Amino acid sequence: MTQTPYTDGTLVRVEGLKKHFPVGGGVFKRAKSHIYAVDDVNFAIERGKSLGLVGESGCGKTTTGKMLARLHDPTDGHIFLNDAEVGQVDLAEVKGAQLKTFRRRVQMIFQDPYESLNPRRTVFDTVVEPLVVQGIGDLVEREERVAGLLDLVGLTPADTFMFRFPHELSGGQRQRVAIARALIIDPTFIVADEPTSMLDVSIRIGVMQLMQELADRFEVSYLYITHDLAVARYMCQDIAVMYLGKLVEMAETEELLAHPLHPYTQALISAVPIPDPRLKREMLEIMGGIAQPIDPPAHCRFYDRCPFADNFCRDNDHPSLEDKGNGHMVACHKI
Amino acid sequence: MSLILSVHDLTMHYTTRKGEVSAVDNVSFDLAKGQSLGLVGESGCGKTSIAFALMRLLPENGVIKDGYILLNGRDIVAMDYAELLKVRWRKIAMVFQAAMNALNPVYTVGQQITEALELHLSNISPAQARERIAILFELVGLDPALMDRYPHEFSGGMRQRAVIAMALSCSPDIIIADEPTTALDVIVQDRILKRIRELQRELNMAMIYISHDIAVIAEVSDRIGVMYAGRMAEMADSADIFEHPTHPYTYALMGAFPSIKGKRRDLKTLPGEPPDLLDPPLGCRFHPRCPYATDVCREKQPDFMPVNGASRTDLTQGHYVACWHPMQGVTL
Repeated sequence: MTQTPYTDGTLVRVEGLKKHFPVGGGVFKRAKSHIYAVDDVNFAIERGKSLGLVGESGCGKTTTGKMLARLHDPTDGHIFLNDAEVGQVDLAEVKGAQLKTFRRRVQMIFQDPYESLNPRRTVFDTVVEPLVVQGIGDLVEREERVAGLLDLVGLTPADTFMFRFPHELSGGQRQRVAIARALIIDPTFIVADEPTSMLDVSIRIGVMQLMQELADRFEVSYLYITHDLAVARYMCQDIAVMYLGKLVEMAETEELLAHPLHPYTQALISAVPIPDPRLKREMLEIMGGIAQPIDPPAHCRFYDRCPFADNFCRDNDHPSLEDKGNGHMVACHKI
Repeated sequence: MSLILSVHDLTMHYTTRKGEVSAVDNVSFDLAKGQSLGLVGESGCGKTSIAFALMRLLPENGVIKDGYILLNGRDIVAMDYAELLKVRWRKIAMVFQAAMNALNPVYTVGQQITEALELHLSNISPAQARERIAILFELVGLDPALMDRYPHEFSGGMRQRAVIAMALSCSPDIIIADEPTTALDVIVQDRILKRIRELQRELNMAMIYISHDIAVIAEVSDRIGVMYAGRMAEMADSADIFEHPTHPYTYALMGAFPSIKGKRRDLKTLPGEPPDLLDPPLGCRFHPRCPYATDVCREKQPDFMPVNGASRTDLTQGHYVACWHPMQGVTL
């Protein structure tokens, strides 16, 4: 695929991104088959906007996020970052020292704040680490920045939190520490992998609102990975729905929720419980369960479970994501 | 309605090295035959402790300090082990949160249900047990041929169905479901919720459904009890509580829950964090986070009383709240 020059406000553009994991191989044995965890994924995120990546467990959403943060190396494809500071780079290609520079621009927030913080390090140690790694500022400056950021994420007064250990913090506070750490080196793009799914309801909204405020303030974009459509609705301007390594639908959030076109999206939306017994939901039942995409057949990934599938779907390749008007992208032969 | 379970002023502590944790404090509720009650609240609010108290499965450091749990008029708290065996599983059964941990990996699923059947229903033959398991599997939507498989051969949703089949095996009058779908994906969760609800109605079982997710609770419950920091804050029929949330915590909880349906309203934050139950706040336990708190809230615990000053009968119907300043006429 050719490198498209940027003329618009695109911050991240993913083209033909793939990640195939070998299965069944050994040290001296070639893998017989591959899990097509992410298979030819394309999307773009505009500067200052956030994209929600939604799907069930095992659909490849976390793998996609990890490739964007370069915690996984892509098997194939491009991840173009159009950044004011480092210019336009293909993140799929960067290596070594360049990778370190780029880590200043892209950060990641993980799901489980109990696992992602080192229990032996104080809040200060954790939050300051990116500055140390990148060699930014001296001790006094670093301390000021950490204190300033702790204030911003609501861990106030900062000096009472700075030297606490993770076990002295609640889940919500820990996730605030993780957010502070991600923000301390002024990234333009943050991959947030289910950052609020471990938190209790009353705490969760606070963290979601904080992430939104900070996004506006620092002009940060998120790739917000979640299984929860309701959370994505509140966090993201656009939503992309993923199924077995493929994007099946992508549209502006309210458009997608009000007029889902792909049968999988329709099933997903109809399965979400509504926190109000007065509202009834329409049902679309789909068959079977989610499988692992090990050497999948060429036809549509959703073929086996789709209530509308026919011979055409069986005999043709997986449909590509096409614009059906107003930027509402769907990958389905039947639409 | 005929009363099947009556929990009155249940108070339960956990003894820890740091002191007594007041996990459940003066909680009362009633359950009628065939009724489904949803208990909703955040982690640490005491909802799972109540479930364990009902089954008398509390860990060693969990002590029931006060109150009684009447099952068909007999107090579970006072029962000895022999009596408990007759009640557990046959009268009250439980579906546990983590289906993987609730099943033994070295026995087939069928063997494990047989074990429960043999223990609780004396003189059941192996053939009868298999027959019964086949019926149970069909009830929960599993292929009876799967009963000779091991738990690791089941997907998460199938395991949860197997655990539900196990809970139904001795035809209990009451089933307690403790977050049975929390670890599952939405589509699987939706199917299991529907099946649970259908079974509960078909078999006319009473159900206590425990979840932190108010949306799930709304789907499966006739009545909803909202818990906060070990106490029951509010209880009413599902539609009623959503239409007229009266306790400020209920209101906050509902306002904080995002929905994909309806207008996209702004979510409201609830400042602060739930209290430390080693040293719970005096008076109403919600007062440190409550926007309407006054001096009386800080000093005296509010009674769990009917809204609109109706007389307190049993708790299977009516709208109850424990608040000094209940909210009137507010809707979301």
